[in-house]
Amino acid sequence: MAPLLELDRLSLSFGGLRALSELDLHVDENEIVSVIGPNGAGKSTVFNVITGIYEPTEGDVRLSGETIAGKRPYKITGLGIARTFQSLRLFLNMSVKENVKSATYGNTKATPVESILRLPRARREEREVNALAEEVLSFFGQRLMGYRWDQPAYVLSYANRRRLEIARALATRPRLLLLDEPAAGMNPKETHEITELIGRLRDERGLAILVIEHDMHVVEGISDRVIALDHGVKIAEGSYELVAKHPAVIEAYLGRDPEALAEA
Amino acid sequence: MSPIGVDEWVARSGERRDDGSGWRKLLARADARVGWWQRLALVTLVGLVAGQLLSNVNVQTVAFNSLLYALLALGLNIAVGWAGLLDLGYIAFFGFGAYGYAVFSSTALGSDGSGGAHLAAIESIPIVVVAAGVFGVIIGLIALRLSGDYLAIVTLFVGQAFMEVVNNVDPGTLGGVNGLFGLDPLHSFGGRVESPLGFYYLALILVVVLAGILHLLDTSRTGRAWRALRDDELAASAMTVPVNKLKVMAFSFGAMVGALGGTVFAAEQTSVFPTNFTENILILIYACLVLGGVGSIAGAILGGLVVTIGEQMLSSPHDAGYLFYGLILIALVTRIRPWRKLAVVLGGVVGFGFAAHAIVGAISSAAVAGSPGSGGFIGSAVGDYVIVPGNPATYGNILYVVLICALIVVVRLHGTRRLLAVIPTVYIAACCWESRLIVNPAITTQIMIGAILIVTMAARPEGLLGKRRVETVL
Repeated sequence: MAPLLELDRLSLSFGGLRALSELDLHVDENEIVSVIGPNGAGKSTVFNVITGIYEPTEGDVRLSGETIAGKRPYKITGLGIARTFQSLRLFLNMSVKENVKSATYGNTKATPVESILRLPRARREEREVNALAEEVLSFFGQRLMGYRWDQPAYVLSYANRRRLEIARALATRPRLLLLDEPAAGMNPKETHEITELIGRLRDERGLAILVIEHDMHVVEGISDRVIALDHGVKIAEGSYELVAKHPAVIEAYLGRDPEALAEA
Repeated sequence: MSPIGVDEWVARSGERRDDGSGWRKLLARADARVGWWQRLALVTLVGLVAGQLLSNVNVQTVAFNSLLYALLALGLNIAVGWAGLLDLGYIAFFGFGAYGYAVFSSTALGSDGSGGAHLAAIESIPIVVVAAGVFGVIIGLIALRLSGDYLAIVTLFVGQAFMEVVNNVDPGTLGGVNGLFGLDPLHSFGGRVESPLGFYYLALILVVVLAGILHLLDTSRTGRAWRALRDDELAASAMTVPVNKLKVMAFSFGAMVGALGGTVFAAEQTSVFPTNFTENILILIYACLVLGGVGSIAGAILGGLVVTIGEQMLSSPHDAGYLFYGLILIALVTRIRPWRKLAVVLGGVVGFGFAAHAIVGAISSAAVAGSPGSGGFIGSAVGDYVIVPGNPATYGNILYVVLICALIVVVRLHGTRRLLAVIPTVYIAACCWESRLIVNPAITTQIMIGAILIVTMAARPEGLLGKRRVETVL
């Protein structure tokens, strides 16, 4: 059986610059895979290719064996891949609840006329969307509940914005979730919490998760498998212990021959 | 470890609520309790009662115009306020509707000045509105690859192109520079709308129904998708929103509302001329929307009323004086606290004026020889107060420049210094008004509208009824 997500000898060039070259990557059902690598390694670019923001120069992206490369972002998300953004791209002027509800556009069908007349389908969908929004927001305990529902997203703290990004992505009903640095900007307690939540997303919702993360405690805590990138090339893959000790990974982060550098 | 997601701050939020006090609290509570359709019913009721009270034909026409601008602002709000597409070609949709109605309601489609379509409004208006929707789709498709300033420039040309088309293409049908006139009165099912009051009621019904429709649309998946794409197009597309389709929809819906306004406008005027659809009108519609609050339905309606009625009042020297002095007084009363300081400033303004008048009069009687531009109550009240020389034109021009400088100084200063600077500034404003501004009402109208817009937007950047917005930092 084909893996849930498969990148097949994927390359991406911007003009003469090769951002990704011949990258093979796969995520199975119910698996949490972490992508690590120094800044500029191409981690977020991988996400952008998977979600259709960039079209690969060569190679293929397949979801359950079917090619998705070249499709529009909204189509790809509709097929079951949702993402969060490293740089936080919430709809800042919309309320917390509306942020989540807006991500259900692709899974609802009521036409404007049906919505205006509040015909049965529009009413039913609106009820479902409301329930879904409240359910995904309740995933974060009380943090995004109650009066926060009606607050505009711009009043939220940085950590809560990260949580709202995840809730919004969940509202698209994904099979595969791409998390771009979910723990960035969080304190140790919150980081611990997010680690636990990512595990619950897989266990309770049956999601496969591909996560980019710099915090090695998080990576260690959640990953079934770790992939290390540098300069758009995969330099190591395997369990956390294996990748963390891999010479190529150490070199990518610290430079060549760390002992010699330490003595100098 | 502690359980996940426990947040004392959120759990105990009820204890920290602060609704203010006094009438603000009552207002906030009422605001929270009254639903949208109750508000709409209230507006309808006020509109109907106002219709009964409007006895003067000129006033009825102004009332109709204000509702027409409210309608146009509502349509503009769809693309500009919700979808965030800076559409400067909106005037073309307005003109399209007006010319569409005119062509179907006159001899334009006949030969040699006779015949023609002469459709009933119930036929012509839906045809024109649907055609405008298609026109909007075409413009939307052209605009898809553009955003921000680029979109604005390209759509501006659409408005210009519309003017050129109606001016030059097929003068036999569209009338060229002479326009189309002698249109049929608005008629359907044997009934007719001819009087200004009739058009006022028609516009009232249209505005109320449209506001209801737009509210229902705004709170639906379509409205949410528009606002999502306004805030962050890329994130919206990553959240299953088909961005291109929604942009085209926004243009199309806006075009339909603009064209609806156009048909009513043409029917009321019983004529259309290319000059009815210049950028000046576009700017006025934008002023309604911006003043009322971009993105707000109630704001668009209020903006339409305020701008149109304000413009009308300003063009009459008698009303303009009350508006001018009234606004200064309101600004002073609402901005200066506590009352003691306000009393000092008001007393200072009065005292400063009489002192200045007496001193200047003692030096040269010619300098105070003129009479104030205002007549009536205001004229007699300020007659011995403002300095108006016998030939005030040059003096007034200089004073106008001085007034602008004084205003800049007031804005730059703070605390007590600002209060002290306000006193001569108000006096200079009064002198300038009486000696120069009131003399040319047509020009003053434009200046005053601009000044009111600047002051309002400086005090409330989100508009009268708008919500504060932050721009997404990319």
